[in-house]
Amino acid sequence: MSATALEPTTTGHAEHGHHHTSTGLDNRKIAIWAFIGSECMLFVSLISTYLIYKGKSRVGPYPHEAWTDPATGETFKAILNIPVTSFSTFVLLMSSLAMVLAHNAVVNRHVKRTTFFSRLEGNSFFWLVSTALLGIVFLMCQAYEFTAFVNEGLGLTTNLFSSSFFVLTGFHGAHVTAGVLWLFTLASIDKKRGLRTDEALNVDLCALYWHFVDVVWIAIFVLLYLIK
Amino acid sequence: MATTAAQPTYAPAASTSSYSGEKTGVWSWITTTDHKRIGVLYLFTSLFFFIFGGLEAAVIRAQLAAPNQTLVSAELYNQLFTMHGTTMVFLAIMPLSAAFFNFLIPLQIGARDVAFPRLNAFSYWVYLFGGIFITLPIFAGIAPNGGWFGYAPITTMAYNPGLNIDFWVLGLQILGISSLAAGFNFITTIINMRAPGMHLMRMPMFTWMSFVVQFLVVLAFPVITVALVFLQFDRFFGTNFYTLTAGADPLLWQHLFWIFGHPEVYILILPAFGLVSEVLPTFSRKPLFGYAVMVYSGILIGFLGFGVWAHHMFSVGMGPIADTVFSLTTLLIAIPTGVKIFNWMSTMWGGKLQFTASMCFAVGLVAMFTIGGLSGVTHASPPTDLQQTDTYYVVAHFHYVLFGGSIMGIFAGIYHYFPKMFGKMMNETLGKWHFWINMIGMNLTFGPMHLSGLLGMPRRIYTYDANQGWDLFNMMSTVGTGIIIVATLIFLYNFFTSLKSGPRAGRDPWGASTLEWSIPSPPPEYNFAVLPNVTSRYPLWDVTDGHDLSREHHEGHENRDDKVPTARELGIPMPSNTFKPVMAALGLCIMLGGMTLKHVNFYAFFIVVSGGAATLVISLYAWLTTPLEESH
Repeated sequence: MSATALEPTTTGHAEHGHHHTSTGLDNRKIAIWAFIGSECMLFVSLISTYLIYKGKSRVGPYPHEAWTDPATGETFKAILNIPVTSFSTFVLLMSSLAMVLAHNAVVNRHVKRTTFFSRLEGNSFFWLVSTALLGIVFLMCQAYEFTAFVNEGLGLTTNLFSSSFFVLTGFHGAHVTAGVLWLFTLASIDKKRGLRTDEALNVDLCALYWHFVDVVWIAIFVLLYLIK
Repeated sequence: MATTAAQPTYAPAASTSSYSGEKTGVWSWITTTDHKRIGVLYLFTSLFFFIFGGLEAAVIRAQLAAPNQTLVSAELYNQLFTMHGTTMVFLAIMPLSAAFFNFLIPLQIGARDVAFPRLNAFSYWVYLFGGIFITLPIFAGIAPNGGWFGYAPITTMAYNPGLNIDFWVLGLQILGISSLAAGFNFITTIINMRAPGMHLMRMPMFTWMSFVVQFLVVLAFPVITVALVFLQFDRFFGTNFYTLTAGADPLLWQHLFWIFGHPEVYILILPAFGLVSEVLPTFSRKPLFGYAVMVYSGILIGFLGFGVWAHHMFSVGMGPIADTVFSLTTLLIAIPTGVKIFNWMSTMWGGKLQFTASMCFAVGLVAMFTIGGLSGVTHASPPTDLQQTDTYYVVAHFHYVLFGGSIMGIFAGIYHYFPKMFGKMMNETLGKWHFWINMIGMNLTFGPMHLSGLLGMPRRIYTYDANQGWDLFNMMSTVGTGIIIVATLIFLYNFFTSLKSGPRAGRDPWGASTLEWSIPSPPPEYNFAVLPNVTSRYPLWDVTDGHDLSREHHEGHENRDDKVPTARELGIPMPSNTFKPVMAALGLCIMLGGMTLKHVNFYAFFIVVSGGAATLVISLYAWLTTPLEESH
């Protein structure tokens, strides 16, 4: 092929093909956005089903109003515990803050840290573990909530509300759990040999996922808990 | 690459290396991360499932040949039509397209591999294990029996106890993961791995249509994932998503399924559109007419494809507003599709046409898809659709678009790209016999179904009484099926004898224009010794400096390569072979597939599922902590 349209380029075989990309972004960065787009459709489907079934349950307990069983005369109060969930929502939001600080710490390794607070700011291990621990607090709140619901007579199979509620929030909880495992994996690498600035993308990917899971929870909190 | 003209035999599982000089043997195929080898694996596996799904159809047609036959029972018939649909959609047409995604996309955009070679291997193995998992139950007579659309609540425990639907639910979840992983991979590959100068609007049309398809996959599959999770929870744990007595909406499944299901039909057809958009310009010796409009109409089809799902549900009584909206969006989608048909015809208009086998199939797609498209437009009108719904008229429609469209396009692609894949030419005479017999067979099979449908013959009935005016048409359809089988046997004979002893193919036996034809056939493992710098949509037509394209077509042997250097000789780092994606795929499939044991034995269920999960997690960690390339 001795021709003009197929001239060799400067990015020829001497250089590793993978490191040159069309957009200049790392492949993983594009893949995680595609993945997040896909996850949006997953949660949209779950949340839509919840909303379609809102108010359609034939028996209680209900999320926002008390219910008396006509057969037994037993009374159930409105099941959602807004204060506890407000707390866990706050915790999850704070975990996103810690996540940002973890990324920031890895990116700004070169900054000279002298004071206690600036050393804390630059301690990526601390922020990674904090993010994970805040995630665990959120999961414990969810476990408390689920247990309380079951004790108050709302099991997975009780009514349409319970089925769609437990599956939706359970899926979200599973995503938080996966994120916590990811964070601990990063933290253990950081502890062992220190994440370098040129590896900041590893933290960035985890952060994108974590923020996405956080944003989904904001939607769930508003649509399920706050709007009656 | 050690392969030369003296290579006498070829078997994909134990090849002496078509794609990589040193790596040979079965193990090298199991551990491969080469997108071309994975494409070949996809091709062979999906051809197998295509034959299997065809045999299921043959039994169905034998049963329906005459009234009141008892060849199969009603129950087995349900399993056969369910598995015919499921097999053809998820195990044949989608992975046949995936064979071309894998083989062609990196070659067409000038890349050395896909963005994530190991994820690519993972996709294939998940597909293979998932396909085996969902296919095996038919031999025990407990195959899925709820139709390929699996309408709940008919598929819930109350109406369909037994393991049949469990296999279907979990099998589809497994196959969905395979498609999603491939979707993320190809989106990244196309966005990020293009050779210098390969702007988006210079990409070959097949790559463009594949790009649109990956977005459809990534956005549509999560919806059916959720619908299947609901169904599985209903069946396994007694939730109420589809329990009407608890107040569930009987249409929930239909909405979720068709929000996935309608984009899915574009997932099935757009790759075939892409393939014929490569074939028609090549054998018309003209650039594709209206390239930009072809791109935009492909994107528009994909976009509108998400807004038409409820036209599958006109008969459920959604009310005049919903019916009108979905009728209008459905009519709208005919516009970009029509644009494509006209652009293909304009591409051929005034061209120097060469009717090779692949060109015959490409023209066949244009003709047959148009028939299917027109009968599709008739469904867009709710009052008309109410007469047609659930009759053989609908069966006729979607077989014209899927067999006349997707399968014809894929055959066009196989005849066109066989030389590039295997370095051998297929027999053109047999190819044309295949085309004409196939053409007669498919029209005889599916044409009369329009009439039996309009005469009121319902779908999914295992037998029927005589003297309803359906007897002749059913017999015609069955005879047509026999003719399709003959055509397919000719194809298989041609395919395998050409693999073994076809004449050697040069780099560009058809005088085609895109990058994949600038490298040896079959391509070396690194694809491009030097990454090309692309300056036009038709790089090879622009570099010929006036030399006669038609001469090159007939004397393709001249540009053949007897000695191609290996990656090692050129110092190109390649991904090393690895077994970890296979193990991860196996773990995933054992974990999900093992869930069917829940209704058999709880302890077995627990052990198998946790064993699968452990295998998955360990393999994933091992995979992610190992670098892609071995150090040279």
